[in-house]
Amino acid sequence: MQTASDFRQRSEEALGNPQIRRNFRFAMDGLMAKRRAGLSDPREREQLRTQCAGIRVNALSKLPELLEQLEGNCTRNGIQVHWAESVDEANNIVLEIMRQHDATRMIKGKSMVSEEMELNHFLEDHDIECLESDLGEYIVQLAGETPSHIIAPAIHKNRHEIAELFRQKFPDIPFEEDPEKLARSAREILREKFYKADVGLSGVNFAVAETGTLCLVENEGNGRMCTTVPPVHIAVTGIEKVVEQLSDIPPLLNLLVRSATGQHISTYFNMISSPRKPGEKDGPQEVHLVLPDNERSRIYEDDELINTLRCIRCGACMNHCPVYGRIGGHAYGSTIPGPIGSVVEPQKIGLDTLGELPTASTLCGACGEVCPVRIPLPDLLNRLRYEGVRNNNDGKVKGQSEQRKGTEAWIWKSWSWLHVQPMLYRLAMRTATRLRSLMPRKLGPWTDVRRPPRIAARTLHELAREKGFDNA
Amino acid sequence: MHNARDNILNRLRRQRPEFPPQDEPASMDEGNETTLQQRIEAFTEKLRSVRAEVHLTTEQDWCHKLQELCRKKELDNLLYGNQGPLAEAMEKHWNSDDSTPRLVTLNETIESWKEPLFNDIAAAVTSVRTGIAQVGTLVLWPTLEEPRTYSLVPPVHFAVLHADKLYNTFAEVVEEEAWQEGMPTNALLISGPSKSADIEQTLSYGVHGPTELVALLVS
Repeated sequence: MQTASDFRQRSEEALGNPQIRRNFRFAMDGLMAKRRAGLSDPREREQLRTQCAGIRVNALSKLPELLEQLEGNCTRNGIQVHWAESVDEANNIVLEIMRQHDATRMIKGKSMVSEEMELNHFLEDHDIECLESDLGEYIVQLAGETPSHIIAPAIHKNRHEIAELFRQKFPDIPFEEDPEKLARSAREILREKFYKADVGLSGVNFAVAETGTLCLVENEGNGRMCTTVPPVHIAVTGIEKVVEQLSDIPPLLNLLVRSATGQHISTYFNMISSPRKPGEKDGPQEVHLVLPDNERSRIYEDDELINTLRCIRCGACMNHCPVYGRIGGHAYGSTIPGPIGSVVEPQKIGLDTLGELPTASTLCGACGEVCPVRIPLPDLLNRLRYEGVRNNNDGKVKGQSEQRKGTEAWIWKSWSWLHVQPMLYRLAMRTATRLRSLMPRKLGPWTDVRRPPRIAARTLHELAREKGFDNA
Repeated sequence: MHNARDNILNRLRRQRPEFPPQDEPASMDEGNETTLQQRIEAFTEKLRSVRAEVHLTTEQDWCHKLQELCRKKELDNLLYGNQGPLAEAMEKHWNSDDSTPRLVTLNETIESWKEPLFNDIAAAVTSVRTGIAQVGTLVLWPTLEEPRTYSLVPPVHFAVLHADKLYNTFAEVVEEEAWQEGMPTNALLISGPSKSADIEQTLSYGVHGPTELVALLVS
């Protein structure tokens, strides 16, 4: 796994790669325009955001009860529920199910939780073929990469790069650069894989406690294939994805899809409530639901950070983030990139390794403004910056205070002390203005790409006095 | 993994979260009262906007229309549920001449017909439970007679929907049909042929599901 100590280096590499810059700029501009067009009525948009935020807050406020209700209803419907405290436990649960069926071929629908588990590597180490079937995920897997965006995993590549990848991997297929023809090639290749797979794995967008229903949003039909054709279906989803009732689903689906891509609805919305029942002719004979915790219950304990768990994974925050749009998804070095990634990942992995991610933000506020469930992302980024440099270990965030640097702490302490000493403050400002010509031309990384700041000839107090403010 | 379950639930119960009071969503005057004609128009416009075909037809004519479309698309065969709600009309009206696709049924379970389903079936026709006008969506609850894969694996999916079953929104469908009282194995919303925008955000149709979706709207 990459670590964020390489974050600066990866950001610099991305910024220095004009192809990556162009690909992201093009994609982000497109996604922002589509969301704007898809949610053009501000009154309706804000009403839906308030409604969906309420649904998620309600679900989180009753999370343990709803999880028990979900488990009870799923079990009654014939879905086998498995709980996992860590990603290791979750991986082993999946492996055990595969072994019970002597299964060696898995076909996967899109699942960010399986990325969090690094399930593909884990299963491949146990000689299980694990194939991604979402077109973007498939492209990324062919290239030996990781997704750079949560809903558009191959967004960092353009059609020429993808066509070239297909040429290398499938020399027998005629070379095509047209996206639709590339998609049709993937269709032909993957059909056989759906047909032969022993187990299908998928994520879950929403799990409904009231009815024990697993809901999946998708456009391609690969999610339906994975959950319908193989004899066994394994769904993996974080414990926070549960909602209370079925009537919560229509507004969430509506806003998720429009926030993500600006579509009025996705091509498929797949609601699974049980395995194949007696007499039914198709569908998996077994359905398993794996619920990994992986630090979510720790995040849950903090009344501010709990809002991290509202997320419905639409990707709007990254589409609108000026930092993500420039450095792209891979620079973050985490499963989920962008503003929500910078909030959720350091809490899971620890601020000691990913503590720089909350600083990958200008705090412009765009992420918070577009979030469909009103997660106060800028506040949470600020909070994690604080947790990273706090001067004690009384907090709960993993790796707290590990980003604290002695010099930086001393500078801020002095700054704060100086500002409550009026005489000294004036003297210091006066000295600074008089000695301004001694200001160094090089000021660390700041001046690598900018001119050095210039100190004014006279202090603000002096200027004010000249204007006649006698209390200045 | 019973321990994991208890540990997770215990951690979640250790401290009850406190959220500040949430705003109530402003009530939206959506002008919900729509006429059937308005719903048909909205449904047709939205579904056509995602490259699906919508044909308005009648109770007497839909089967002929289906045959005509099959011929035009030069389909070899058409899968249908011979115990399903469309069977009677189809078996009565289907003209078997050389230009008409052969009607196919699959009995037993998928284990015995997976191979022909993936390799031989050119198209399938299914009934539709209801539709959603505002977003151009077909709502299916696949049944014993018309299983889940019929609307998924064959390259062309014909869907027969009675216009009087059109609701305005998904929320109305869930509420008025009281879905919470009993969900089927699989409930599906289908809104167009399979598509992807994973390559350069360019829409490509026909990825893993049907490449063509043809709705016959019967009124």
